[in-house]
Amino acid sequence: MPLVLNEEQRLLKDTAKDFLNKTVPVEALRQLRDSKDALGYKPEHWQKMSELGWASMVIPEAYDGLDFSFLGLGAVLEESGRTLAASPLFASVVLGASAIIIGGTEPQKETLLPQIASGNLRFALALDESAHHSPDDINCTATATDNGYKLNGSKTFVLDGHSADQLIVVARSQPQSAGRDGLSLFIVDVNTAGIERKRHYMLDSRSAASILFNDVHISGEALLGDADQGWSLLDNVLDRGRICLAAEMLGGALECFERTVSYLKERDQFGVKIGTFQALQHRAAIMFTELELAKSVVLDGLSAIDDHRTDLAQLASLAKARLNDVFELVTNEAVQMHGGIGVTDELDIGLFLKRSRVANQIFGNSSFHRDRYASLCGY
Amino acid sequence: MSDLDDFRASVKAWLQNNCPVSQRQPITREEQVWSGRNMRFPNADAKLWFERMRDKGWTVPEWPYELGGGGLNEREAKILKEEMKALGCRTPLYDLGIWMLGPAVLEYGSDDQRRQHIPKIARGEVRWCQGYSEPSAGSDLASLQTRAEDCGDHFLVNGSKIWTTNADKADWIFCLVRTDPDAKKQEGISFLLIDMDQPGVTAKPIPLISGDSEFCQTFFDNVKVPKSNLIGELNKGWSVAKSLLKHERKLMAEIGGDTPGPSFSPVQAALKYVGLDAEGKLKDRGLREQLVAHEMRFRALGLTHFRSFEERMHGNTDNSIPLIMKYVGTEETKRKEEVLMALLGNRALGWDDPEFSDDELLSNRGWLFSKALSIAGGTSEVQLNIIAKRVLELPV
Repeated sequence: MPLVLNEEQRLLKDTAKDFLNKTVPVEALRQLRDSKDALGYKPEHWQKMSELGWASMVIPEAYDGLDFSFLGLGAVLEESGRTLAASPLFASVVLGASAIIIGGTEPQKETLLPQIASGNLRFALALDESAHHSPDDINCTATATDNGYKLNGSKTFVLDGHSADQLIVVARSQPQSAGRDGLSLFIVDVNTAGIERKRHYMLDSRSAASILFNDVHISGEALLGDADQGWSLLDNVLDRGRICLAAEMLGGALECFERTVSYLKERDQFGVKIGTFQALQHRAAIMFTELELAKSVVLDGLSAIDDHRTDLAQLASLAKARLNDVFELVTNEAVQMHGGIGVTDELDIGLFLKRSRVANQIFGNSSFHRDRYASLCGY
Repeated sequence: MSDLDDFRASVKAWLQNNCPVSQRQPITREEQVWSGRNMRFPNADAKLWFERMRDKGWTVPEWPYELGGGGLNEREAKILKEEMKALGCRTPLYDLGIWMLGPAVLEYGSDDQRRQHIPKIARGEVRWCQGYSEPSAGSDLASLQTRAEDCGDHFLVNGSKIWTTNADKADWIFCLVRTDPDAKKQEGISFLLIDMDQPGVTAKPIPLISGDSEFCQTFFDNVKVPKSNLIGELNKGWSVAKSLLKHERKLMAEIGGDTPGPSFSPVQAALKYVGLDAEGKLKDRGLREQLVAHEMRFRALGLTHFRSFEERMHGNTDNSIPLIMKYVGTEETKRKEEVLMALLGNRALGWDDPEFSDDELLSNRGWLFSKALSIAGGTSEVQLNIIAKRVLELPV
């Protein structure tokens, strides 16, 4: 389990950093927000990211991918967290491509993966149905028909669901089932009759959709993975998502922390730099220790994906819970240590604060993951 | 890589052939073998195990072979450690000389000093203790007052040291002493080795809240110390001490788990003393939350230890993890002890009472002992100062 990046991965990270700083800085998010951009990201940015290989990074070579590691993708996500870069990378590649790579049939892979790899086809995962992430609490139904299925129900908090071309929908396909049993995943074109999508502007200036399925007829080929036994596929995709999101959150937390430490070195009060105050020094030092632990769990989580380790689920909950907590701590402290300017819109810190809380709710808050980790460990 | 695999295989085979089965059980405090002029062994197997390891040089695997060490590199030493852990082999020899003084003598000592002290430490012939803190110099270590006066061919030492762990059982003590009373704080301090078997040296144990008294106050009353016992340059002892403190802090971060305590893990204690409900979850949800929070942090800590090692192996010199481990390691050990106490409920509260099991009695001793971890070797607050200053480079 490598806990340090190799030369190639480090190079990739540096390239990503350069590109993001020049092309997709935090200012880019402000522009999207202020213009109420219809798409929620700049297509030219996404195109360049795809040209850099980000969309194809974890897709096997046989399907036009680079077959690079999740450690590499994690490094890119960490850098994108530093500039709060909005793009379909997470929804389409981490979630969409993973689901197809793990669960897809050969024809599904051949048709869809090359299009995801080129950045031309965008996916979103339609899973949550209530105010809290509860992936086995599914009321959306998939009823068998003569030539396929009929979907009914509603989904909420579908990340980038408004701009996606295809959805992966989690539905209950076995009528009397409950919990993890009887679930199936389906690949559904957003233009299928009976689908109603509503885009929502979120706290972090990114987008999530609520989606209604009203007698949506899909063919049998739309099924992704095994019928009625979609749980382990879903769980696996979610774990990849949790770890990759934790990588992005790490980047946001590090950026916010570094900006705060710089501020402590330049802001004068009472005739001295405020960084001379021990009350602030200790809090900054504690944040530093928390971030070092956070780096370790993220790197080990990414390695767990790459190495197909059996403790992936534990690592995913460890990484997501830790980063939820650390990102919250660092953003709160960053606002406080910046003082009055910390609560102004002019300063970027507020944007990190907002992103932290949205990211926190994606695929499980800390109590969800502590509960899950304890259960996985047998208590 | 295959060289290391061969090494691992040979280490494993050697340990299997040479480590007596009785020395593969978790060790109690009474069973630890400490160095010393009058070494004591709890049983014949412990003696045999120690002698075999000593003859391999594996009491100090990374020290030079010609000075009684094992001559292993860092990777090999890690493999030995891993294989010993996998087999459950006990640490064959305990001594501050191994953990702290030896590395400093190897780094700062003269050839003569190395030849005089290192083989004895490797062979367990001398038990060392440490004389740093003084009654009025704790966290502010540099304000220490114990005086070593230059008397031509020797120093005359007067003063007292406190928190000298196991000084009443030790043969020698390594001390920070003031050799230039006029110099400013750190500048007039020297690093001196003192034989405790002589008139004028007395060690008095201090009873602690844990019921133990491994800490002592040690008095020096006109004690003569040959000049050849000075390590490093005169008045430059502070840099020796700082390097040695690194070893102490690393050790304390690592042995967090090695402190005296019950033989069960927090999770085992939870299953035994709290139990699961029909859902397979710990019956007390509040305790479950405390336990899992600790377990997750502990795992993150372990991964960070490992990452630090990997960084070093990749030649990354700008690795600041060692500077945070004393703080996070000791604070997390304290949390673990609190969680254990909570999990055992009133079974953790017995004191010197045979109605309670040994593990139960040890649980509150371990908890009390853990309180010292974030004080000794530099308090948590001092560690945070160091991180703020050296890593974050915040202004003074």
